[in-house]
Amino acid sequence: MSNFDFDIVWQNLPYLFLVGLRFTLTLTVLAALGGVILGTLLAILRQSGGPVLSGFVAGYVNLVRALPLVLVIFWFYFLVPYVGQWVTGSPRPIQVGGFASALITFIVFEAAYFSEIMRAGIASIPRGQSSAGQALGLTHAQVMRYVVLPQVFRIMLPVLLTQTIVLFQDTSLVYVLSITDFLGAASKIAERDGRLVEMYTFAALVYFVLSFAASRGVQRLRARYAVPR
Amino acid sequence: MSAVIQIENVDKWYNPAVQVLRNVSLTVSRGEVVVVCGPSGSGKSTLIKCVNALEPIQHGRIVVDGEDLGGKGVNLPRLRARVGMVFQHFELFPHMRVLDNLCLAQCKVLGRSRQEAESRALVLLDRVGLTAHAAKFPGQLSGGQQQRVAIARALAMDPVVMLFDEATSALDPEMVSEVLDVMVGLAQSGMTMMVVTHEMGFAGKVANRVVFMDQGEVVEDAPSKQFFEGAGSERARQFLSKILTY
Repeated sequence: MSNFDFDIVWQNLPYLFLVGLRFTLTLTVLAALGGVILGTLLAILRQSGGPVLSGFVAGYVNLVRALPLVLVIFWFYFLVPYVGQWVTGSPRPIQVGGFASALITFIVFEAAYFSEIMRAGIASIPRGQSSAGQALGLTHAQVMRYVVLPQVFRIMLPVLLTQTIVLFQDTSLVYVLSITDFLGAASKIAERDGRLVEMYTFAALVYFVLSFAASRGVQRLRARYAVPR
Repeated sequence: MSAVIQIENVDKWYNPAVQVLRNVSLTVSRGEVVVVCGPSGSGKSTLIKCVNALEPIQHGRIVVDGEDLGGKGVNLPRLRARVGMVFQHFELFPHMRVLDNLCLAQCKVLGRSRQEAESRALVLLDRVGLTAHAAKFPGQLSGGQQQRVAIARALAMDPVVMLFDEATSALDPEMVSEVLDVMVGLAQSGMTMMVVTHEMGFAGKVANRVVFMDQGEVVEDAPSKQFFEGAGSERARQFLSKILTY
């Protein structure tokens, strides 16, 4: 153990946290928000969008869930510039940068998982709730907005947050794009100073502490936001 | 008397093999209280759900407050807002406080201000004796209290007619009377009501007419006095003897 030098961690804390972890947390929060919003829309389409739309959504969800995330990250990074070129009619591929590419990837990828969570949630609300809303004169959209979804979010909050913790860990895969997320930052210092064991141990510790604290937080929220029945 | 609900020759199938309503015709006039009874599976709950188009019909016509439910360009949400409905399982919104349950549709459908909606809600909560519970969630109330809130929620929309779909059959016996009391009070105030129920005491007390259904058909439609003194049909007599003599 005498050969290990954990001072390297303290010397590089500002870089690790202010650059690396900041990127990771920003990506996690934005991807979770985008994923929940897109996933909710997908779940609603799948449930009440008619056979064509719901078939399309089912296909999308099944496709995304059958692909490894690293592959999707890679593929998107190289594909998005060409899609941008095609959409805007530009003569050259549009460079979108690592962050935007990663964010789009995670939103698109996580939306598939979030939509399954939301779909289960919507299915768990008794049909009588929709009938009652409709009987009061609310439109289908108003019933979703005011009656069904608020209950779904309360019921599914723990599952949504647990999925977000998984997302937080998965963001480390952006290292394949040489992006400086938290793991990327740790990895760069490790390689530069030849302190692989110290840096990766520290990175593991940080991921563990944050994930563990978050899941404890989820358990508290579960108790607090439960619908009184 | 003008008709508030006109049901004309209605047929309904759940799928091509299962017919649940057969050539049903029925009229509820303004100020009238009509009780619909019959054995389970007779189609009475389905019929009342058809009246505000929660269930579609395949043949015939239903006209509510002068508007044909199947008419072109009919605005169903607007029409439903004029028809109050009370469900067997209350169907209060569990994530909202009692007061918010009463205000939601007033604000979103009728366009009332929050203040207007709240004052109307409080008047109705007082009427069903639950003012003290306005800030509670439905899950904190007893079944009887929840159903009274549900009645108040429907009344808050100032409906022209109230539909009751077995409003007391999910309640513990000791809570049935508190809900029936509210319904009787409503009937005596002149509200037009169509009530699916097994509570023959209620029917005898306030119903103008009793409609007896069996196997998707209206078997009997008679003034309540006449119905109880000697139902015309054998099936209605059998039904009555089963539920009245036990």
